[in-house]
Amino acid sequence: MNIHEYQAKAILRKFGVPVPDGHVCYNSAGAREWAKRLGDGPWVVKAQIHAGGRGKGGGVKLARTTDEVRNIAREMIGMTLVTHQTGSEGKLVTRVLVEDGCNIANELYVSLLVDRATSKVTIMASTEGGMDIEEVAAKTPEKIFTEAIDPLVGMTSFQCRKIAFALGLTGKLINKAVALLQGLYTTFLACDCSMLEINPLVVTKESNLLALDAKFGFDDNALFRHPKIGDMRDYDEEDPNEVEASQHELSYVALTGNIGCLVNGAGLAMATMDIIKHYSGDPANFLDVGGGATIERVTEAFKLILSDKNVKGILVNIFGGIMKCDIIATGVVEAAKQVSLKVPLVVRLEGTNVTRGKEILAESGLNIVSADGMADAAQKIVQAVKGAN
Amino acid sequence: MSILIDKNTKVITQGITGATGLFHAQGAREYGTQMVGGVTPGKGGTVLDGFSVYDTVLDAVQQTGATASVIYVPPPFAADSIMEAVDAGVELVCCITEGIPVLDMVKVKQYMIGKKTRLIGPNCPGVITPGECKIGIMPGYIHKPGRVGVVSRSGTLTYEAVWQLTCLGIGQSTCVGIGGDPVNGTNHLDVLKMFQEDPNTDAVIMIGEIGGTSEEEAAYFVKEHMTKPVAAYIAGVTAPPGKRMGHAGAIISGGKGTAVEKVAVLEACGISVAASPAEMADALLKIYKP
Repeated sequence: MNIHEYQAKAILRKFGVPVPDGHVCYNSAGAREWAKRLGDGPWVVKAQIHAGGRGKGGGVKLARTTDEVRNIAREMIGMTLVTHQTGSEGKLVTRVLVEDGCNIANELYVSLLVDRATSKVTIMASTEGGMDIEEVAAKTPEKIFTEAIDPLVGMTSFQCRKIAFALGLTGKLINKAVALLQGLYTTFLACDCSMLEINPLVVTKESNLLALDAKFGFDDNALFRHPKIGDMRDYDEEDPNEVEASQHELSYVALTGNIGCLVNGAGLAMATMDIIKHYSGDPANFLDVGGGATIERVTEAFKLILSDKNVKGILVNIFGGIMKCDIIATGVVEAAKQVSLKVPLVVRLEGTNVTRGKEILAESGLNIVSADGMADAAQKIVQAVKGAN
Repeated sequence: MSILIDKNTKVITQGITGATGLFHAQGAREYGTQMVGGVTPGKGGTVLDGFSVYDTVLDAVQQTGATASVIYVPPPFAADSIMEAVDAGVELVCCITEGIPVLDMVKVKQYMIGKKTRLIGPNCPGVITPGECKIGIMPGYIHKPGRVGVVSRSGTLTYEAVWQLTCLGIGQSTCVGIGGDPVNGTNHLDVLKMFQEDPNTDAVIMIGEIGGTSEEEAAYFVKEHMTKPVAAYIAGVTAPPGKRMGHAGAIISGGKGTAVEKVAVLEACGISVAASPAEMADALLKIYKP
């Protein structure tokens, strides 16, 4: 799960990480009012959408007067912002963050994440602030410094100092960096983050450190212990089908092809997409119904796949372990009836209760093509979709 | 013997009074596994469908002599269950539970340092030595005793590979599902080392997916140290970058951990890589004659 920048900064403020003073505004009059309350300016007006690259797309602007703040906010709220992360359709801006401008002397980068190689939370820092860190890693890996954090000891001061020195900080900035980095680590743990990125972390001309932008990723598996963070979720920022899927505990990712897939297990779901492609077809989605799916969940999965107008055929590929084939079969039959299915349907079942599952499909009287094995299933659905065109 | 488990392995189920725990404990018993009891705090002393229930793992281990446990405890409590089993000295712990917070697993990994327990999973199907012992949720009938080892991050893809082998009359020594989470107990490399040492394993199928570098590390081991033939399949060739594909681990960022990149490394290390998931057994047969 992701949140907006203003929400991220509110969390950081709570944990003592220095961020610019600012406030979220939903209209231009409010923006002007908040600018006045913040002080003498200049101010920065920032469009609040979840995607990165807002600056280049015209979503971050400097204002020298409160009238200018109002005018910029008026332009931004309601606009569709297109960045390299939004896709060509862009994102609608419904709110802006108005905050104090600052005198930037230097821009740095710092992030925390769980490193699967060491199984530890790891801090990553770079002198190349404001840049895409993946690009820095690819082109100048020597400019990235990492420290793995011992979960029992926590982030030590000496580790923070190592990072600070590596970033070229000196004098009083060293201790400020130690406090800031420890604040970030505390935040990371307290909120069950999967990723926390400050880019840029700025050194001001007054020799202060400020988190100028902040991006949080939360561990979805831990949201049950953070109801307040869960409440920050902005469904408008997410793909409506993916939201619908998550409400039914389905793992769904929309793709651009025309063959809908319903599979159990993430690995098998990816492999199913791969084999469709292997036989020159094009998958419309990734959909993992999970291990403990109920008949209702399978029905919802089916409806979700069919809500994509590009779908010209459906491939159900189930290898049951926890998932029982008869449950899938009943769900498929139920869904096909409810939505009065018109596209070709190929079903491949194997595993727990497979015989009963195949019986249910055969007894349903529906036009379902049965397949033996993945290759057979993929070839049949690719053929059926080609035949339909 | 095979690796990790055999017909003499005594197993307990943590979370046995839950519907999932009981269903799979019964399934394991039917398969022939020595499922000697279960643990559910507060229900010790009861008997459920012939399974003795204990309050703590330590009780269960002392009373039954179990050396392995399988965990079906819900995600908020599963990390604690793993540590309880480690504390009780259980040699092999298979955690089936999906959805454990990753920071819980970071703590578990740290807790396990210096302890003798091997953890498989979490978010995995478990381990099976066909014909002898089944610990986990895999359908037993697809397996056949034999001499090919299978290791995979993905449960259902493991079944796929096993089924392809069995349909060709090729049996398996042991099949290990290591799980799809970013922080887990055992990785591809650990399992390959065990298969290399195991006199009853002649060849291995390794199944990986996009994200991380676990498959690459395993591949370098194959090149340097393995004398047995290894075939592989990597899922996620068609996955778009930056999108999470169900498994938290299955995400490609910045061109790292892509399927294409992994396949190139694996092939350079002498591994026979299957072009499609339907060809995993065929890929092995190109370099191995049973």
